[in-house]
Amino acid sequence: MSAVASSEALIVLAILLPFVGALLIPLFRHHPNLRETVTLVTAALLCFVVFSLLEPVLAGARPEVHVLDVAQGLTLAFKVEPLGMLFALVASTLWIVNSIYSIGYMRANKEPRQTGFYVCFAIALGSTIGIAFAKNLFTLFLCYEALTIATYPLVVHNANAEAFRAGRVYLMLLLGTSLVLFLPAIVATWVIAGTLDFTPGGILAGKAGPAVTGILLALFVFGIGKAAVMPLHFWLPAAMVAPTPVSALLHAVAVVKAGVFTLLKVVVLIFGVDTLSALGQSGWLTAVAGATIVIASVVALKQDNLKRRLAYSTVSQLSYIVLGAAILAPISVAGAAIYIAAHAVSKITLFFAAGSIYTASHLTEVSQLDGIGRRMPWTMGAFAIGALGMIGIPPTANFLGKWFILGGAMQTANWLAVSIIIVSTVLNAAYFLPIVYRAFFCAPAAHAHDYGEAPWPIVLALTMTASATILMFVWPDIPFALAKLLSDR
Amino acid sequence: MSAVRSQLPILQVLVPLLGAVLVAFLRRGTSAFALTLVVSWILPFVAGAMLLQVLATGPISYALGGWAPPIGIEYRVDVLNAMVLMLVSTVGAVIMPFAYRSVAFELDDSKEAWFYSMYLLCLAGLLGVAVTGDAFNAFVFLEISSLSTYVLIAMGPDRRALLSAFQYLIMGTIGATFYVIGVGFLYVLTGSLNMVDIAARLATVGPDQGQAVLTALAFITVGLSLKLALFPLHAWLPNAYTYAPSWATAFLAATATKVAIYLLVRYYFSIFGVAIDIRSLPIGDFIVGLSIAAMLVASFVAVFETNLKRMLAYSSVAQIGYITLGIGLANQAGLTGGLVHIVNHALMKAALFLAVGAMFYRAYTVELKDLAGIGRKMPLTTAAFTIAGFGLVGTPGTAGFISKWYLAVGALDKGWWLLVFLIVGSSLIALVYVGRVLEVVWLREPSVEIAKVRDPPLSMMAPLIVLTIATIYFGFDTEWTAGVASTAAKSLLGGLR
Repeated sequence: MSAVASSEALIVLAILLPFVGALLIPLFRHHPNLRETVTLVTAALLCFVVFSLLEPVLAGARPEVHVLDVAQGLTLAFKVEPLGMLFALVASTLWIVNSIYSIGYMRANKEPRQTGFYVCFAIALGSTIGIAFAKNLFTLFLCYEALTIATYPLVVHNANAEAFRAGRVYLMLLLGTSLVLFLPAIVATWVIAGTLDFTPGGILAGKAGPAVTGILLALFVFGIGKAAVMPLHFWLPAAMVAPTPVSALLHAVAVVKAGVFTLLKVVVLIFGVDTLSALGQSGWLTAVAGATIVIASVVALKQDNLKRRLAYSTVSQLSYIVLGAAILAPISVAGAAIYIAAHAVSKITLFFAAGSIYTASHLTEVSQLDGIGRRMPWTMGAFAIGALGMIGIPPTANFLGKWFILGGAMQTANWLAVSIIIVSTVLNAAYFLPIVYRAFFCAPAAHAHDYGEAPWPIVLALTMTASATILMFVWPDIPFALAKLLSDR
Repeated sequence: MSAVRSQLPILQVLVPLLGAVLVAFLRRGTSAFALTLVVSWILPFVAGAMLLQVLATGPISYALGGWAPPIGIEYRVDVLNAMVLMLVSTVGAVIMPFAYRSVAFELDDSKEAWFYSMYLLCLAGLLGVAVTGDAFNAFVFLEISSLSTYVLIAMGPDRRALLSAFQYLIMGTIGATFYVIGVGFLYVLTGSLNMVDIAARLATVGPDQGQAVLTALAFITVGLSLKLALFPLHAWLPNAYTYAPSWATAFLAATATKVAIYLLVRYYFSIFGVAIDIRSLPIGDFIVGLSIAAMLVASFVAVFETNLKRMLAYSSVAQIGYITLGIGLANQAGLTGGLVHIVNHALMKAALFLAVGAMFYRAYTVELKDLAGIGRKMPLTTAAFTIAGFGLVGTPGTAGFISKWYLAVGALDKGWWLLVFLIVGSSLIALVYVGRVLEVVWLREPSVEIAKVRDPPLSMMAPLIVLTIATIYFGFDTEWTAGVASTAAKSLLGGLR
């Protein structure tokens, strides 16, 4: 009994902690060191709280909290299930690392409005945890919108015309798609199913025909703009005008993963994998995800700006997870779940490296990076590991996720998916390996000014995430266990 | 105590009416304000007592002067109008403190007392329309509120206020005339002016008089549509809201059109709906069509407005479209959505107009381009504007979301998929016009003039904050908004033939 009660308290604590942090940060706005301490302590506490929920969840418990009934059909409630647990673990752990990195980056680049930056960051993380633990579509939708609004000030942080333009695209695409497509999908789900709760096996089984199910699924896929499925991906490259810590944690981990996480949850717990596969919904979704994977990779190939290349890579990689869901085999869904975690740590490493390069040398373009590996061995070493992750070869955790997705595709004889994975692996190699090659094997330009490694917090952070990419390959126990629980149901 | 309780319906009208007369004798703005404040704060308690009584024991009937209905005038309060009375009197009370400085700032000293007198007269009229159960009495109160509204608008600081008031006077009078012609038809048909009685007698008129019934319905629909600014009869509203004194705009936007909407609902569901099979008439689809046009066209116009008050005025036309959409849908979820949006929109729009009024008080302008960067100088005011603005968009966690949820469910219950997308499409346009303002006020660099401003004093800030908190609060706890609206919708639909 007390274990149940304490789990409930932990859920509430996990969601409230970042918001409490957001309230405390402005109090120390004139004392940057204290202010950053608040962020770090909040992040560490959050991580601790989330990890203490892990054991009960692995043991089979599904702790939940009912907050309040808003209106008929709308309930604010949270429930921890394996997929949400995995997402919360990833987000809260990386927040600590990212905070260390932020401190180094924001100070070295003398960024303005740092207090607001850390406040918005904390609110964004609170919303992310809310998404991870949402018990029903309404709660998820609420936190989903909060995440968009909280990250908007971070996108326009630089306060110049380019940032405003990007901010407009960001807000219109993310809020727009969610209001125009996601919300009608939720309303329709409620009208058809009479509930919005995430339920193992889905809530729409036998209640909607193939046509309605197909329309509904399309509304979800395109309405969840954070998953950046083409053609609704424009906001992600646009958001790259934000400071790099934002791109790293929010636009490689929290925001985009919230999108694919939501999509995965909708496929598994609203529709039900079996229902969708019985109604033959796999084909078009595979095609959409596949097109996104290949086209975004081709576009990435042509980007000279490093952060934009990473952004298009993210667009492409996110659709791996969508593809994992689209294959509609339990094993590929598990692979998609693992890929959420694996892509998070490796992509954040790449962004950390991009920000590190910018901080140390103010270089932003791929073509300027000749020989940079000699000046910044740690940064570029980490970058190389992250790049291996993107390609999906051992010893990176991404390989495991990809392996299971591929396994699911083979199992269901989805040869389109198999060929997409193979083609995209080649494409990934084509746009990442040249960067690594340039950095280590090309001679630096003669007129290059003198610089060395970035400040130590930056180097520390990217070393940690690069190691995590490999460690998750060696010890994949936690993501495996959670992913297995997911596909068991 | 019970003596007072039995007199509550008449007190609702009598208190502001007497207050208006007393205030008219006062010279000084401050004492006029003080008296108006006291009067305004009594009314929510009267309305609240009636609401509780109605929810507990059913409709209240009050015979004016002891003359029994249907011959005498009856004041009749059920859940629907108790909700409207509560809304109008509460909004009036909450925003009253804001008037003190805002009115003194925008009006000549000599006109202040008149302003408060006209406000109380308007309040008496609006509450009268809501409380009465008599069709002609409703006309009288409608005109009391309209005439005093013309004066309130004409008092605006800009000279164009006079023209706007005149424009509204013409349109409003046409509306009133249509309404009273409709009532005349009903009187000829039934020989009664009591609403309940009309409904009962209308059911027994012969089939040969069906045309006359429909004509009455048409006249009343057009007349009230003018008053409530249903698209395309909204032409008076943007100018009136733009040039009226800031505080008057906030009050009128929150209450005046809402009371006309209430009266329309009363006629559709409690009079015509009881007597004839109103759902077989095309009027529901007609209202839905006009509502959709309002939601899309007026929102679209708002995107291009550079004057914030005018932008919000067009937004009001669009939001009224949401309310009438619920009326046109006429099913449980849809009507609940329409009725709850009467309350939710009143709270959000009052907050928005007060925020703009506060900006005018400090920066002497409501032109968007001149307000660049004001968010850094008036953070609380601009934050309130932001939250209420997201309410207009209907983001979850605000009251606006609740309305949209019920409306969308109502549309899907009818199987109208496309309508759902039109509803959310209108939200998207709202996001554009609200987002455009937010970008300018928060992100642009403040000009030299704007750099000197700061948040307004507490008397202006407090009402704004209360309304903003209400916008969020009623996005989560909907027992007293959607709950009451749902009860009202149920009884209205239950009475339909």
